[in-house]
Amino acid sequence: MTDNRTLRWFLFAYLALVFVFIFAPIFFSVVFSFNSDRFPTIPLGNFTLKWYQTVWNDPDVWEAARTSLTVSLSTATIATALGFATAYTDYRYSFRLKPIYLGLVLLPPTIPLIIMALAMLAWFAKLGISGQVMSIIIAHSVLTAPFAMAIIRLRLSQMDPSLEAAAWNLGANEWSAMRRVIVPFCRPAIISSFCLTAAVSFDEFAISWFVSGLNKTIPVIILEIVTGNIDPQVNAIGSFVFLVSMTLVIIAQVVLMTRRKKEN
Amino acid sequence: MVAPLVEFRSVVKRFDDFVAVEDVNFTIDAGEFVAIMGPSGCGKTTTLRMLAGLEAPSEGNILMDGRVMNDVPAHERDTPLVWQSLALFPFLTARENVEFGLQMRGVGAAECRRRALEWLDRMEISEFAERDIASLSGGQKQRVALARSLVIEPRILLLDEPLSALDANLVIRMQSVLTRLQRELGITFVYVTHSQSEAFAMADRVVIMSRGHISQIGSPKDIYRAPANRFVAEFVGRNNIIAGAVTKTAAKTVTIEGSLGSFTVQTGQHDAPRKGDVARFVVAADLAQISVKKPKSANVIPCSLISEEFIGSIVTLFLEAEDGSELKVQLQERELSKVDLKSATTTYLSWADEHGHYIGVD
Ligand SMILES: Nc1ncnc2c1ncn2[C@@H]1O[C@H](COP(=O)(O)OP(=O)(O)OP(=O)(O)O)[C@@H](O)[C@H]1O
Ligand SMILES: [Mg+2]
Repeated sequence: MTDNRTLRWFLFAYLALVFVFIFAPIFFSVVFSFNSDRFPTIPLGNFTLKWYQTVWNDPDVWEAARTSLTVSLSTATIATALGFATAYTDYRYSFRLKPIYLGLVLLPPTIPLIIMALAMLAWFAKLGISGQVMSIIIAHSVLTAPFAMAIIRLRLSQMDPSLEAAAWNLGANEWSAMRRVIVPFCRPAIISSFCLTAAVSFDEFAISWFVSGLNKTIPVIILEIVTGNIDPQVNAIGSFVFLVSMTLVIIAQVVLMTRRKKEN
Repeated sequence: MVAPLVEFRSVVKRFDDFVAVEDVNFTIDAGEFVAIMGPSGCGKTTTLRMLAGLEAPSEGNILMDGRVMNDVPAHERDTPLVWQSLALFPFLTARENVEFGLQMRGVGAAECRRRALEWLDRMEISEFAERDIASLSGGQKQRVALARSLVIEPRILLLDEPLSALDANLVIRMQSVLTRLQRELGITFVYVTHSQSEAFAMADRVVIMSRGHISQIGSPKDIYRAPANRFVAEFVGRNNIIAGAVTKTAAKTVTIEGSLGSFTVQTGQHDAPRKGDVARFVVAADLAQISVKKPKSANVIPCSLISEEFIGSIVTLFLEAEDGSELKVQLQERELSKVDLKSATTTYLSWADEHGHYIGVD
């Protein structure tokens, strides 16, 4: 009984800490984005949309938003396709070097971002493609494909192993079976992995900063504004970024969870 | 002469070093109901999968209508399979599942729908046509799986333990659905099961497999009355298997002497054994007789009654012979009342000469 109570308190405290350290700063950032004072102090000044207007009228921010959107959508598409392909290879085939294959495929997220960013920069420079939007897309795809693979692989592991063979048995060739059975079965995982990789790419700063050149993404432009001076514009942009990422993550969660409920 | 619908010629299947199916030969005629039966891991599913093209034989040929099928890919064969797990597509409705095979054959949407609904109706589940698979009961799923395979009008249907997930009552219902369907459609069924009652109740012919080999092929009656070897005799059960050393061989008969006595049986199809070989014969439990007075027959084993088991009107008596071996006799309940077993200390198990069935040396 007492044990239970201690545990409950402990969990409650833990949850509170999570909120304080993760959500509180975001919450205040959102609050200050509507605050008329230049400096983030309490008491608050008046409600204002001034900062949003400044952002709205800033062509650099628009440019960055376009770049970010292009990068994150392209990254999500490429990473999900790659993740699906690697997960399917893992599901379908067994070969001797599979552990090594899986290890390599899942490696990128374990490399410190800064090292990866530097390596990417050097590599792109050598290939003569640094400083382009494409280079950010490539780098982000490498970084996020393992997440996509992990999500889709989990889904494939829940599939009845005879499902694909059942499609062949009913007259589907490999391609139709893939299109009509494997992809529909994995659809929830594909949608969530698309959303999650898009969100990761949209937020990612280190690699973008190193390889972006003149094509700044939103996180890069936020840093530039902040390094210049204190400007509540960043709160406005930050709130926007938070909204986009959270939406994507929530969609990903909801799609995965409703599917699971339906199948049980 | 017309070629049989299916022919296995010296088919071998190896997985790496492991031999799952070894030198299998048999034919299946059009319209037959063939059951493949055997203990777990004996290669039943592998045999069926090779027929469907989902597994390639390591050696030998599989022919259909006299044509070698080894290089024909699975999706070009009309050999639909009803899976043990059913393998229905969970993201489609019952009707869409049934339409799948037709769509793969390029049938138009309206025609697909019409034929799918017709089959769902035939399987008496048309009211569930638009339901998700997950919301159907076991028996309903079973019917969707059957409809999905039969809608493409195949000449042969493969079934891999389709009833193993159902409860006993439903199994009996589905058995009659299956036999009726097979008779009405006149198509060939190849039915894999480890259940004797399913195989014997439905099949025209039974193939008994053991460790990748075929142990015997025959009608259910053949398998039951004339097991070809010790494996089949033990697998079928209900048999008293009596072993002993061969003491005398004559034209078509052999005398076997063991701890239960000395008995002479016909050798039938088997090669004559050599003197001194350990040989066996069986006496089916329902052909054996029990009595309190010692009968005149030469085939008598004195024993004592251990227990009785009633299943419906059939009684099985479990007996123990003097050497400790267990024997069985099966008879109708009303026959039992004619034998006054209660007062007797010794009873006699006996059989007519023609009911001793020789199963060879092993
Ligand atoms: N893909 C495979 N790789 C390796 N071994 C396999 C494979 N498929 C089957 N086997 C082996 O081949 C043997 C026969 O398998 P099979 O599935 O045909 O048995 P079965 O008679 O259908 O048994 P059950 O009644 O348990 O379904 C088994 O020992 C099994 O382990
Ligand atoms: Mg099997």
